[in-house]
This record gives sequence, structure tokens and C-alpha cells, in this order.
Amino acid sequence: MSVTEAPAAPTKEGGAAPVETPLRRFISEYSESKLAVGAAVFLLILVLLAAFAPLIAPQNPYDLAQVDVLDSRLPPGEVGFSGMAYWLGSDGAGRDLLSAMLYGLRISLSVGFLSGLIAMAIGAAVGLTAAYIGGRVESLIMRIVDLQLSFPAILVALMLIAVLGKGVDKIIIALVTVQWAYYARTVRGSALVESQKEYVEAARCLGLSHARIVFRHILPNCLPPLIVVATVQAAHAIALEATLSFLGVGLPQTEPSLGLLISNGFEYVLSGKYWISTFPGIALLVTIVTINLVGDQLRDVLNPRLAR
Amino acid sequence: MTAFILRRLMQSVGVVAVMSLIVFFGVHIVGDPVYLLINPQADQEDIEAAIRALGLDRPIWEQYWHFITGALQGDLGRSFVFGEPALGLILQRMPATLELAIAALVMAIVIGIPLGLYAGLKPQSWVSKSIMAGSILGFSLPTFWVGIMLIMVFAVMLGWLPSTGRGPTATFLGITSSLFTLEGWRYVLLPALNLALLKISLVIRLTRAGTREAIHQDYIRFARAKGLPTRRVIGVHLLKNILIPVVTVLGLEFGNLVAFSVVTETIFAWPGMGRLLISSIQSLDRPVIVAYLIIIVLMFIIINLVVDVLYSLLDPRVRLGEKSA
Amino acid sequence: MTEAGLAAQEAGIGVENAEPALAVEKLKTHFFTKAGVVKAVDGVSFSVKRGEVLGLVGESGSGKSITGLSIIGLIDPPGRIVSGAIRFKGQDLSKLAEEKIRQLRGDRIAMIFQDPMMALNPVLRIDTQITEAVRAHHDVDRGTALDMAREALSGVGIPAPERRLKAYPHELSGGMRQRVAIAIAFINKPDLIIADEPTTALDVTIQAQILHVAQELCRNTGTALIWITHDLAVVSAIADRIAVMYAGRIVEQGTAAEVIGSPLHPYTRGLIGSVPSHNARGKRLYQISGMTPSLLHLPPGCAFRNRCDFAGPLCSEAPPVTEPASGRRLRCFYPMKSEAVS
Repeated sequence: MSVTEAPAAPTKEGGAAPVETPLRRFISEYSESKLAVGAAVFLLILVLLAAFAPLIAPQNPYDLAQVDVLDSRLPPGEVGFSGMAYWLGSDGAGRDLLSAMLYGLRISLSVGFLSGLIAMAIGAAVGLTAAYIGGRVESLIMRIVDLQLSFPAILVALMLIAVLGKGVDKIIIALVTVQWAYYARTVRGSALVESQKEYVEAARCLGLSHARIVFRHILPNCLPPLIVVATVQAAHAIALEATLSFLGVGLPQTEPSLGLLISNGFEYVLSGKYWISTFPGIALLVTIVTINLVGDQLRDVLNPRLAR
Repeated sequence: MTAFILRRLMQSVGVVAVMSLIVFFGVHIVGDPVYLLINPQADQEDIEAAIRALGLDRPIWEQYWHFITGALQGDLGRSFVFGEPALGLILQRMPATLELAIAALVMAIVIGIPLGLYAGLKPQSWVSKSIMAGSILGFSLPTFWVGIMLIMVFAVMLGWLPSTGRGPTATFLGITSSLFTLEGWRYVLLPALNLALLKISLVIRLTRAGTREAIHQDYIRFARAKGLPTRRVIGVHLLKNILIPVVTVLGLEFGNLVAFSVVTETIFAWPGMGRLLISSIQSLDRPVIVAYLIIIVLMFIIINLVVDVLYSLLDPRVRLGEKSA
Repeated sequence: MTEAGLAAQEAGIGVENAEPALAVEKLKTHFFTKAGVVKAVDGVSFSVKRGEVLGLVGESGSGKSITGLSIIGLIDPPGRIVSGAIRFKGQDLSKLAEEKIRQLRGDRIAMIFQDPMMALNPVLRIDTQITEAVRAHHDVDRGTALDMAREALSGVGIPAPERRLKAYPHELSGGMRQRVAIAIAFINKPDLIIADEPTTALDVTIQAQILHVAQELCRNTGTALIWITHDLAVVSAIADRIAVMYAGRIVEQGTAAEVIGSPLHPYTRGLIGSVPSHNARGKRLYQISGMTPSLLHLPPGCAFRNRCDFAGPLCSEAPPVTEPASGRRLRCFYPMKSEAVS
């Protein structure tokens, strides 16, 4: 996805012989904002941290052999009975907060990205179908999309959780259900514009198959808006998952995302043990802000191309 | 106008019917609530009696028929947990939620419009840039975490405001609300701010974008050329134009506020219908969940209708039914 | 004679020694953009007498609109008046505090804009938009202001003014809206009105009506009028004097008859030659080759020389202002012979 190719911008740009390719132009336009480049690099770091959490984290917070309950609720920087230093403190069960956050980030990001990918696939397929077939099918699909989008995402998700119950798979189903409509609407919009254009007409005249026209001709031209929506939705999905987990209707305790860590720390806030909720919250915030910054710049860079 | 409203109402009835169907059957896929609600030590006979009492032994379509005929008479079933009518439970808690949502809406307007206006009029100043940075942050901050931080800073560390609960209420013009007492305001401030945060960011963005666009319009230039004082140019000519989209969006967002109060109420232990929903989901109290949904759907439909009418009143170019720009 | 001397003298010029309603002297309005300094108005001098109509002619981007906005004090950052003077009623408007010029604006100096569709606020009723112009400057009650508004609407030939007052702009036609804008401009009986292409967006028949209304009102009230346009046909119908702008400078000015009848500057001649007229039917229309230059990186010398058929070696220097005849001003080293236009 674009989020992973963007961080490569600064290194690639240093290369010799700048030939004007779409990718190169995209990279140079994206790099106009230093903030956005920083965000992209930072996002890459976050992804790497999450991916290699088991290797980086000081302890495995879910391996009972490594966790010492005597070390619970230690403030940041304290050294516990086990002789281990807790840089960000420890939580109610004596887990190293830094480690728990790295593992939490891993879960939050994977749930966010996975649900985003599935929703994008479903949404794009439905949107393309609607735009290509048109008529009653299209208006029925768009009715459903509009109806769903008129309700707040959190409400739809809560209802699904109420129906489906807890669990990682259930949460992903809920997040996909909440998101697909955005993709469907976006893809249908740009596919409609594209299918009016002459090259599609030409492809039809050549007698190309429907599948070929849709996937080789229309879909690639819908990608820019799709990418923008995907970044925004990834941030939304991560925040929504955290919220559901906080409300106690999201991920189970065995799969603690950042949201669940914050939730677990909530009970200690009133007694002044701020770190258990604060640090995971900051990690969550930084993740969302970073994705949003990347998304903002992507929108600026990709939008003018839409207008053409 | 009347025809328009009637047509909209007809559509709405259809939406409610479909929603009730989806929701009711959806909720019934969940694991049997009997075992959650009945004492595990109870013998088989007691369980059977409980199932019969709750009507869970009937076929699902019969349960739905029972539900729908009841709903038309204002009876949405009894809560498994409280043993009270579900609708009553929700209506009981609705004022607290509406109070919170209204306070948040007012905050969004009072804080968002002036800041957005400033950022739109002086886009280059560092104050504007910080306002915009703040609004990006406001969009990114997860509501529940902000709530925790608000409690931590203002209630725990500074001790200025109470951390949880709703303040004392008073009755004014037949409406009972904690907004009518000074102490009540101390309680509502943090949760309302928490709930409003996203909307403040939204209003700032909308107002700024509207201002940036309107400021270059000829009618603003003409108003200035007439020698009107700046406060009239901005306060009347500019504001009246940009308020149309802001009011429309905010109106539609009110339903969102009510929905999102689920989170805020949970954090601040605010005795509203959102908190009831969460505990009902956790205890699989189906009638309450269904009743909440029906109420929310109704609320959304009413809000949409009110916003449409409001929009046509605000913008003379739009008259309902004519559909001319 | 120095340019400054000429400008000052010109400001005082008048057939009957009358104090000019407005005298602009060596006005420079520049825009400080990221890409560089845009010299939109670069040393413009002219004057208008009471009751006189001055046509300010030029292509888009010549700085004619910016000149108008500079006079009325509506130049927004990144633009500002860099130097020069705008003398009006014994004051220099370019140095006036914002509040002072605000009080003049709409009261003593009024402005009419190009697009009547856009100039009126879409969400305010006509009566509000007229009365506020009165009440911003005069301490009158709403009833009096409404009476004035009604009178003003009849004055510009709007039938059933009572009904129009209650209307919103979108309920009126384009010509009607421009009449409303003109009524607003005239309502405080200003000494000067700046009309920025007020008829360009209108149908030809409506154009003629609007021209007539504006001319009539000026004649009756003694208001001076600056009519900004790119349309020589319009300006020759209404203006007493004409100033031709090119790339931020006035290249030629004089009475309407002089400038149209015997243009001295090659650019003016080109403009006149490119207007279709029935006298020259069957002849090829003249075209000015090339494009208006970007004001961002204007080379020194005459800005027109790259498009000019008569450019000579001297043109790489900026031509000074000369006065070939009384009341005529020219910026050109190689003026046309009078008989150049057939």
C-alpha cells in the first residue's frame, strides 16, 4: 500500500537521472511537506516496532513466567524486585508497560489494517459492481450504503458486537461492516466518472470482457481516491477498535490492544497512578495522528489528478 | 412544505420498520440470555418458568409479532435485568443524555465558530496555525482517552471539578435538568467538553473553510465597499452565509453526539441511556438494546427532518419542494 | 519636464480650473507574493473632475481594477500601496487610517463591481442591503432609510420598488441586480463612483440601459465616475476622457475624441483596430500579437515593446511621460502619426 512506499521517498529521490515517472512525481509532490515526510517515516517505524515487538520488548508481558505480580503499579523508571527496570512503569498485573504497549500496538495495527484491507476489497467490489451494472442494482446498493452511513459508526459497531459477541474475529467483522460502505461509495463515484470516458468506450468496442474492462481499465483509475480513503479509514478503525475495547465490548483480555491497556489503567487514574492509562493513550494518539498526517498529504497530492 | 414533510414521514416509517426487523432478528442470534440471567443453581423447573415468563419459548417470528404489536402501543418489552418496561428505562435516562448532548452542541458552537472564523480571517498568523493544529489533534484524539485525561487533570490533579456523576437537577418550565443548577454545571462541564471535542474540531474546520471561501466573494467586497463597519461585514454578511452549512452539519451531528455519549457516559458515570446500552450489551438484555435502537432511529429521523426544514428557512435560495438552486 | 511635475500639473488641470474630484499621483500598488513582487499598478497618474466620466481601459491584468480598489482602500495583503498619493477632498487616501477611509467608502466614494450575480449577498434581502449602506454613514432610522431605498430603486428605473425591496437577490434578473448595485452606489450621493466593468456580465441590450442610467445619474448629481472596462465600444459611448492602461501603467490619456479619433500609442491603436465596426466592414480586423506580459518579471523598458510593430532601439528604456498636446499624456518614444487610423 501507499503508506509503505511513501517513506522510501527521501532515499529514492537522491538517485541520479530523474526520469519523470508517475511514482517519481508522486514522491516529489509528497515530499513537499516535511511534516508529511516525517509522519511517513515515523509510521514506518511504528509498523516495524509492532512487527518486531517480540524481539524488541524487554519482556513478554503475557508469559506468566516473566511477569512478577510483586512489581505491579510501579511508577516509570522504577527497578522492581526482579531487578528489571520499568522505563514506563508497570501495570496492575506487574507487566512492563513498555512491553505491553509494543504488543498492544501490534494488535491495534493488525486489527486496523486487516479490517481495512477486507473492507476495501468488499467495498471496491460492490462499488465497481454498482457503477458498472447500474440501474436497479446500483440504486439498491447505494440506498443501503447511504442508510448505513447515516448512522454513526460506533452505533453500528456496538450493535454488531451485541449480536456477535466478543473476540478478535467479531471485532474485525464489525470494523469491516462499518467501513465497507465508505469504500463502496468512493469507488462507485470515481468508477462512474471513469466509465463515461472514451477509453472505456474504446475498450468496449474492442470487445474486451467485462472483467477485463473493470479490473484492468476502471479499477486502476479509482485507486488514488481509494488510497486516500484507506488511510483515513485505517485511523478510524484503530480508534474505533480502541473505543470498543475500552467499553469492554471489544477485544478479550487475552488480546490486549492499546485501547484495552488504557481501559485497564482507568481504575488507577483516580488514585493518581497516571502512567498506566496515559502512556498507551499517547501511543494510540501518536499512531492515529501519524496516519492522519500521511493521509492529509496523500489527499493533497492525489486530488488534483482526480480533477483531470 | 406539508407534502414534503408528509412524504418524509412516510419514508421514515418504512425505515423504522426495516430497522426494527433487522435489529430484532439480529439480536436473537446471540447466545441464549436465559443462562446469563437465571441463577445457575436454579433447577430445571425454575428455568422453564423463567423462559415462559420472558416469552423465549415461542418461535422467533411470534416473538417479533408480539414485539411489533407491543411497540405500536409503546411497549417494547420488559428488561430481563430490571424487570421493568424497556422503553420506560430508556426514556427515564434520556433527559440526562440529551442534556449532555445539548451542552456539547452549545460548546461546539460557542468555541468552534469564533476560532474557525479567526483562523479563516487570519490564516497566516501563528494563532490560526495553532488553532488548526489543535483541530487536527481534536480529530485524532480518541474520545475515551481524552475523557480519562480530563478526569485526571481537572478532577484528580487540580481538584477543580467533580470526576463523575450528574449534579443536582432543578425543574424549569416543566423540564427537569441539571443545567438549571450551578452545581449541575460543575458536573456537566467535563463530560460535555469531552463529547464536544470532535465537534469543536469539525466546526472549526467548516467555519474556516467557509470563511476562506466567502472572504473572496464579491458580495463581501461590495459590503466593504459600502463602507460597512468590519463587525457588520463579518458578523452579518460573512457569518450568515457560512452558518448555513455549519448549522446543517451540526444538526445532523446531533444524532452522532447522542450516539457517542455512550463512551462519555461510561467514563464519567453519567446516568444516561448510553451507559444503559453498554451494560445491556454486556448482560445481553435484549429488549433494552432493541428499544434503545428504535429510539435512536426515531431520533435520527426527526433530526434529519428538522435539519431539512431549518436549512430551507436559513437559505432563501432553497425552498422545499421547488428544488431550485 | 519631470514626470512628477507633469503628474502634479495634470492633477490640477481643468478646463475651468475646477478642483478635481480625485487626483491620483504616481500611484504604485504592488503585491508581495511568494513568487516575487507583482507590480500591478506602477506609477499611475490621472484625475477626474466633478461630473466627468473617465474611462479606464485595458486588458485583464493591466492593473485597472487594482487601481480602482487602491482608490477605495480595498487592497488586501499581500498587496499594498507602496507609494504615490490619492488626493480626494483635501486628503491623501493612501495615507488615511482604515477607519477614516471606511467612513468615506460607500458615502463619498462608491464602487460597483463586475458581476451583479455575485455582488449582492445571496442570503440578505434587498432592503437590508440598501438600508445598511445608508445607516453605516448617516444617523437615520430604518423608516427613513427605507424611504431612501425606495426612491433610489425608482431612480435606477426599477418598477414596483416596494416589492423588490422584500426580494432576495436570486429572485431578480441580472440587469435588475446591477441596477440595485447602482442604486446602492448612488444612494449617499457620493462625489466619486468607481465602476469596475459593471456591464461586462450583462446582455448587450441591458448594457445599454445600465450605461444610460449611470450616465444620467452622474449628470444630475455631479458625481465623478471612473468607468473601468476592457471594452472600447462601451467607453467611447460614455466617457469624457480615456486613460489606457498597459502592464500597470497608463500609456496614453486624453479626451475620448482624441484617444479614439487619433491614438498616439501603438497599443491604443491596436485596441481600436481590433474592435469590429461597420465603418470597417470587410476589412481584416487588426490583432495585437502575443500575450499580456506577466507582471511578475517585467523587464525594464516599455512593457509593450515585444508586441509592438513600431518598437525601436530606444524602447529598452522606460519611455517617459510626454505631453504632445494640452491635456494629453503619452508614454512612447515612437508615437503614431495622427492619421494612422483610417
